[in-house]
Amino acid sequence: MGMTITEKILASHAGKDFVEPGEIIDAQIDLALANDITAPLSLEEFEKVGAKGVFDPDKVVLVMDHFTPNKDILSAENCKKIREFAAAHRITHFYEGGNCGIEHALLPEQGLVVAGDLVIGADSHTCTYGALGAFATGMGSTDLTYGMVKGRIWFKVPESIKFHCYGKWPKWVTGKDLILHIIGMIGVDGALYAAMEFDGEAVSALSMDSRFTIANMAIEAGGKNGIFKVDGKTVTYMNAHSKKPYKVFESDPDARYRQVFEVDASKIELNVACPSLPSNVKSVRELGDVAIDQVVIGSCTNGRIDDLQTAAKILEGNKVSGGIRCIIIPATPRIYRQAMREGYFDIFLDAGCVISPPTCGPCLGGHMGILAKGERAVATTNRNFIGRMGHPQSEVYLAGPAVAAASAIKGRIAHPEEI
Amino acid sequence: MIRGKVHKFGKNIDTDAIIASKYANLSDPLELGKHCMENIDPDFGKRVDKGDIIVATTNFGCGSSREIAPMTIKGAGVAAVVAKSFARIFFRNAINTGLPLLECTEVVDATDPGDILEIDLSTGTVRNVTKNLTFSAVPYPEFVTELITAGGLVESVMKKMGREDKSPG
Repeated sequence: MGMTITEKILASHAGKDFVEPGEIIDAQIDLALANDITAPLSLEEFEKVGAKGVFDPDKVVLVMDHFTPNKDILSAENCKKIREFAAAHRITHFYEGGNCGIEHALLPEQGLVVAGDLVIGADSHTCTYGALGAFATGMGSTDLTYGMVKGRIWFKVPESIKFHCYGKWPKWVTGKDLILHIIGMIGVDGALYAAMEFDGEAVSALSMDSRFTIANMAIEAGGKNGIFKVDGKTVTYMNAHSKKPYKVFESDPDARYRQVFEVDASKIELNVACPSLPSNVKSVRELGDVAIDQVVIGSCTNGRIDDLQTAAKILEGNKVSGGIRCIIIPATPRIYRQAMREGYFDIFLDAGCVISPPTCGPCLGGHMGILAKGERAVATTNRNFIGRMGHPQSEVYLAGPAVAAASAIKGRIAHPEEI
Repeated sequence: MIRGKVHKFGKNIDTDAIIASKYANLSDPLELGKHCMENIDPDFGKRVDKGDIIVATTNFGCGSSREIAPMTIKGAGVAAVVAKSFARIFFRNAINTGLPLLECTEVVDATDPGDILEIDLSTGTVRNVTKNLTFSAVPYPEFVTELITAGGLVESVMKKMGREDKSPG
């Protein structure tokens, strides 16, 4: 019987020829990731159990991206502890300050993840790396501590769900609209415990940045991981960013799936997820007049160069509507510099946007754009739970960069065709 | 045996509802516990008594991987969560931090806020004392029950290693 790409990667890391859904395996990991809000607990436990060191200082990644540049004393102290730990254990990949970006944009860009890898991260959006044909999943701090020390951890092999996407993409529609469409269709627990595999001609047509966006939000459907087949675009991306050897796994034709969905890309519209769940999806056209106070374009979901380019295209020669804040957050220093070189910063500044340093910041209500009671934002982020970006009585509408930029100009949720 | 009063919640109770992300730089369970469910039920902290039980429907704990979610629930004094289903990462984190979870649709459907539940983790038996009904949930494997009773994975390892647990609270 055949295996899926997810099963093959897990099997290879467990030293097995075959695994099947439900099986518990003990697998080697290629990378263990934590950030400034999940590492502190891990390090506390690391000390408590008296661990001597990490399994491989080259394979532990610590990224200070959530509440940084440090938003308060507590955050500063957390980062200090992690910095000291990184120095003491000679962690190769410690990111803070000028070399730091949002972890899930940063790691692929730095070439730390390649196809065939098995990655665990103490952050639920670790599933992003599935865009590269890797198995990547989020875990808590305790599991991360174990992985960081032992270089392995147990997994339950997930069932897989396939999303076969065909047809031609309409103008402006991107990976964000596809993943919102899918979450709207199956619900926030539609892929609970499962691997979400994306394939088909429409997926091959998507840029790597769009694929990262899709894999990133697998968790919003309850998925254990999101994963893509490796193609020419993946290889080009890996060659440009990484020197690590990669390994290509492919699902067998007779692999077993819990479900297979056929998705017609030509029917997908520009979507938004209305408060307060990512599954509360409507197309922009059916939404009506929704006035807004803030726009955020950034995050591990949509803070990459493609996203900033799309926003710049729409904002060029236009002004952010009076009374609205439009915050642009390039996800990494490299993206930041590229956006600057391409002239996007002039476009954003001329339009009246704020440009933030790379940070998760407002996405999780940390800092750099918190909402007051009754305020409403359109954000290219991944969660719109109650109070996610600030006051419990504020609201977040999730969208792609085109809708976010158009909405900033109009002061209400808008379609880019209106600009 | 766990015995406590029920606080009932609906579906998709996310990690930001359990503990707002703005508190993500805290790590003291008691401090976290003060803000439990703050975004969706601001008075929860005042109503909850030590040993109470949360009952919810599907996909409890969806969202973030932050382990402070189960820690917050424990810190608020809650002894167990019974739901129709749990989100994946939360489920693993709850075991690791020693918060007992039980999946049982029948209990959830038959239970009202304020009911008293009795839970035997080793057998998976849940008794609604108020309504005099008994249900069977799937029990944890023995090693998981041991781990939870010890207070979590780290505490259980410490216990096995015969060391003194110096953790606060």
